[in-house]
Amino acid sequence: MIERTVVVGSTSGLHARPAKLLVQAAAEQPATVRLRVGDRPAIDTRSILAVLAARVKQGTEVTLEADGDGAEEAVAALAELIARNLDEETGDA
Amino acid sequence: MPEQEAGGAVVAAAAQAGELGGSGGLATAAGQSAGQSGAAGAAVLSGVGVSAGTAIGPVVRMTAPAPLPPPHRVTDPAGERASARQSVDAVAADLSERAERLSGEAREILEALAMIAQDPLLAEDIDQRVGAGSDAAHALTEAFDAQADLLREGGGYLAERAADLEDLRDRAVATVLGRPIPGIPDPGHPFVLVAADLAPADTANLNPDQVLAIATERGGPTSHTAILARGLGIPAIVAVAGVTGVADGTVVAVDGTAGTVTVGVEAGAPNTVPRGRTQTDLADLGPCHTKDGHPVSLYLNIGSIKDVRAGAQGVGLLRTEFLFLGRKDAPSVAEQHAAYLELFKAFPDPGTRVVIRTLDAGADKPLPFLGLPDEENPALGVRGLRTARLRPEVLDDQLAAIALAAAEASCEVWTMAPMVATPAEAAEFAARARAHGLEHVGAMIEIPAAALRAARLLEHLDFLSIGTNDLGQYTMAADRQDGRLPDLLDPWQPALLELIALAAEAGRAAGKPVGVCGEAAADPRLAPVLVGLGVTSLSMAAAAVPAVHAALSERTLPECRERAALARDAVGPAEARESVAGA
Repeated sequence: MIERTVVVGSTSGLHARPAKLLVQAAAEQPATVRLRVGDRPAIDTRSILAVLAARVKQGTEVTLEADGDGAEEAVAALAELIARNLDEETGDA
Repeated sequence: MPEQEAGGAVVAAAAQAGELGGSGGLATAAGQSAGQSGAAGAAVLSGVGVSAGTAIGPVVRMTAPAPLPPPHRVTDPAGERASARQSVDAVAADLSERAERLSGEAREILEALAMIAQDPLLAEDIDQRVGAGSDAAHALTEAFDAQADLLREGGGYLAERAADLEDLRDRAVATVLGRPIPGIPDPGHPFVLVAADLAPADTANLNPDQVLAIATERGGPTSHTAILARGLGIPAIVAVAGVTGVADGTVVAVDGTAGTVTVGVEAGAPNTVPRGRTQTDLADLGPCHTKDGHPVSLYLNIGSIKDVRAGAQGVGLLRTEFLFLGRKDAPSVAEQHAAYLELFKAFPDPGTRVVIRTLDAGADKPLPFLGLPDEENPALGVRGLRTARLRPEVLDDQLAAIALAAAEASCEVWTMAPMVATPAEAAEFAARARAHGLEHVGAMIEIPAAALRAARLLEHLDFLSIGTNDLGQYTMAADRQDGRLPDLLDPWQPALLELIALAAEAGRAAGKPVGVCGEAAADPRLAPVLVGLGVTSLSMAAAAVPAVHAALSERTLPECRERAALARDAVGPAEARESVAGA
């Protein structure tokens, strides 16, 4: 299993627009990526409802994990996205 | 079913009125009107005003979706599962399609909704429920409700999103049952929309020509209803206890600034036109003047060709943001020229004044192509004319397009800049606009510094236009978007009136017009005060014109001045209202 820990960079945390962008990106990945915050159960990053309900704030450490083909690539892509401040990037709105 | 719904709401309203105390009349009026259509017991229901403006019209309540048919035995679980899935996909496809026709925040909201409809957690839950023997309609209902409950448990921001899940549920269930999608009523005439709550998919579809105002029983200042109603320029009030108890057809006055719904206005308010703002032909009103013949120009605030009304005296505020919102690149001079010319040509009479405002964007109303960074405090940052410091070519293109269109149009085009703070900024803008051949150049007075130095600004400009919403926010240091500070944002604040008086006096001394184009101009009680302060024109949504026209025709200029003096002398906005009402 591939695991990677990353700090949430978006001002609004994983809410609103950043949550939407994460879920959109997750749906495009070759592997299912799960997200854990602390010792709470892992959630599916392709579920907007799960991501919103996790209420992850800016600066929180989250762990991404995935198995199988494409796991490494998928985790890297989402980790990079989560680390960015997506609220400051309105260029592609 | 609507009867049952109304009955329940009346009980709830009565309970809430009791808690609020001193509002005993509210429950009675709501109860009466729910029972007797059109009952005119004057009562004022209060809520949180989230989208400014006023309107008067008959109530049409949003009907609740029909109840679910009784569960049926599932003989083909695979087929049932497929039809549940298809209905969810159809709902998502419909939302995505509508999102594509929108821009900005409204678009993002619908895209997110489509994403929620297709959430894998929901899909799994729906599948499991069908597997356990539920039919598609019941499986959908239970699965969406379970998610809505989860969000509601969390409270705060997410609890407000629970209404989104319920809306998606109603759409999916209607689709699977082959029923019409529940939504905004279409009675065939303009109306005041009343609902328990509105889902974003509903508000995004609202027709501002038909929906005069919105009042909802639930919802908060950050709800989608609030955001989208503001975007559409429809006056809206949320959290109005008892409003769903008001019977269909009852004429109400909605004041989105004060946050009040006045029930039974036909009996109580002779100054107001009882029905439909957009129905009045403004030409029938004739030019506006006070009782003793002092002329006051009444203009329209417009944001697109849709807001133009026949018979209007002119335009006091033509917002140009519509051309820029949701754009990745700035519109070309040619595109802007065509759009402005179309609007100018809507006022073919020579001499009709059309005041166009240059782009008012910035960190609070972000435009991707401006490439402005996020700001901690966008209302105090790079917005309005200040964006020209970073992107002067955007302003130059706009001024060039306005000048080209003005040269071809028969109306008189006046051009003004938003968010001017200093005489130097005014001078620079004026020079730039005149270099493009524009003759009448002015500025908005939205910043206290500009009001205090209005005389100096007028050394460079031909006119001023006071934006009372921003001037109020900056005078009171109270965020316009913050629903918790309505008293500070009250346009009757004497401090705000003092600044308006300063600007108006500067205009009088220089012999140059000073108008008001903020919400304050649309308040028929405040209009005589503004005229008394020396304001020469008022600009507002077409809906507000008849009532303001009537209010001014009833008073002489000395009476307006007396009211202005009373309001300026008052200790606060409530006292100002009282002393003016008693004059």
